[in-house]
Formats: sequence, C-alpha cells, structure tokens
Amino acid sequence: MAGMDDRRRAMTNSSEITIQLNGEPYTLIGDARIGVLIERLKLKRGRVAVEINHNVVPKVAWDSVEIRPGDKVEIVNFVGGG
Amino acid sequence: MQNGTGSRTDQFELAGQKFGSRLIVGTGKYKDFAETKLAIEASGAEIVTVAVRRVNITEASKPNLLDYIDPEVYQILPNTAGCYTVEDAVRTCRLAREAGVGDLVKLEVIGDERTLFPDVPATLEAARILIKEGFRVLPYITDDPVTCLKLAEMGCAAVMPLAAPIGSGLGIRNPYNLRIILEQAKVPVIVDAGVGTASDAAEAMELGCDGLLINSAIACAKDPIAMARAMKLGVEAGRLAYLAGRIDRKLYATASSPLSGLID
Repeated sequence: MAGMDDRRRAMTNSSEITIQLNGEPYTLIGDARIGVLIERLKLKRGRVAVEINHNVVPKVAWDSVEIRPGDKVEIVNFVGGG
Repeated sequence: MQNGTGSRTDQFELAGQKFGSRLIVGTGKYKDFAETKLAIEASGAEIVTVAVRRVNITEASKPNLLDYIDPEVYQILPNTAGCYTVEDAVRTCRLAREAGVGDLVKLEVIGDERTLFPDVPATLEAARILIKEGFRVLPYITDDPVTCLKLAEMGCAAVMPLAAPIGSGLGIRNPYNLRIILEQAKVPVIVDAGVGTASDAAEAMELGCDGLLINSAIACAKDPIAMARAMKLGVEAGRLAYLAGRIDRKLYATASSPLSGLID
C-alpha cells in the first residue's frame, strides 16, 4: 500500500491527532500505531480487521503502521447476519 | 463431520471443501447469541454466514458472535449484506479476509432497499474483481439463468439464486427458472433467500439444488430451534427424494393393488 513505508518510518510522538474512527471524530493521543489503538480499545486482535482511508491494513503491519491526522479509520468485526 | 443424508458418498463439495450438511444458515435476527448457537446446532449446518460491521468502540469488551460460534468448528462465511456499491462490497470482503476466517465470501450487492434484490451488473463487476484477488466467491443473485451462467464461467465457486425476497418466506417463486439454472449449472447451485418453511427447503432439494442458505425462516420462526431441526430434516428429505428418483406425474391412475385374484 502506498505510503506504508512512510508511516513505518514516522517518529512516534506524544501529540494529539484527530482522526475519524468508525464514522466519528476521535482524538488519538501518544503512540499512533494501529496495534496500540486496538489494545487501548480493548479489542481482540483475532476478531477485528482495520482499514485506513479505504485500504485494509494487514494484521502483520499493525505494530508498525501509524495512523496520521485526518485518517479515516474503520475497525470492523463479525456480527449476526444472513 | 456428520453426514446428514445417510450416504457417505453424497458429500457436499463447495469451493474445494467437503461438507456433510447442505444447509447453510445465517446468524441474523436471533434473540441473542445463546439462541443463535442452539439453532445452528439444531440445524446441523457446518457453514454459517456473518455480517461485517463496525465494532462498537464504547462496548468493545462485550461478548462477540465468534465467542459463541467457534471458527475452528464452523466455516464462517462473511457476507457483504448492506453493500449497495461495488467498492463497498469489495472493501468488505478484503476486511473479512483480513479478520482471519479465510477467503470464502458471500457476495451481495443490493440494488433496491425494499426488495433487497441484487444489483446484477454491480454483482458481476464485484465478482470479477474479487475472483482476481483470490477470493472464493459465492454470489447472491437473481434466478436468471443467463446471469448465473456468467457468474459460473467467470470463476465463482457457486451461484446463489434467490427463491424470493430476503425474509419474505414466499418459498421458491420460480421453480422453472431454477430448473433451467440447474440444467445449465457448471458450479453448485445454492438457493439463498426467501425460504419460509421446511417444505420449501425440501422442494429446492428435490429440484436438484446442491444446498440452501436459510436465515429468517429459522430465526424468526415462533420456535427457532424446532424450525432449525425441521429445516435440517427438510433438506435431508428433499435430497434423498431427489437421489431416489421420483415417479412421473401422470394424468390418470395406475392401480397399486393387483388386478388379478379378485373375488366375484
């Protein structure tokens, strides 16, 4: 995915960034890596999938890819359906 | 896995996997997870559809569907229900695959809110993209033989023509189209949507369908667990009858008792 390398090289810092998370504004403080957000939200890694700006982020990249200001993040799971 | 038809040779082959049950069930519209689990068990289904939705950020610690339906025991079949565009359906499949239940997906691209009929051109386009990306695609589609053939020829793992609108309980509205689809079939034909009760399930199987996907008829029945079992038996009965070779329909009677030896 384009831009993934840039994200991996980005320095983590302790500033706040505003993103869209599941359709709502969300303030991300500190470490902006996906894996950290998943943990912070108390989600189970094996049960969810993540998209940033309409691109799926592979699980293997969660601990290196950082969310950037203004990113549109979707975290989904499986629910009942037909 | 238990083979419901009683015949070891009549396994259901779908997308390169073998299953004992020809009944696929959905997980929507149940009272709660516990009921969902019991109904699935009663149905004997081995493939279970689920939807892909945003996690509830504020309630992330609540139990998840997959805590009740073990992905190690069941083949989880994510659907793209609620998708009205090619992009949304494709994104949903990519997310579903990344969530780790495999690359078997039920493709739905809906064309109308009230009928929930598929958007046929969009379904064809989405199927093409997904097949290229290595998904095994089971497309929900109209009971149109031309479209079913196109989907099969492009590489879908099955076709899933609707019997009637989702949740309508109307049963097999066009058995003649279904027969044509079956005659021309190059991949398994799984009737999806609109089944109302066990006799509908049996009817589909007697026509020669390879399987059925049922959700509302079970989940919304007065007694879902009992209906799940009824559907299991209906599918098995229909399949057995199909394999047994029914008698022809005749206009006039042919006596069942001998004509000789009558007293007079």
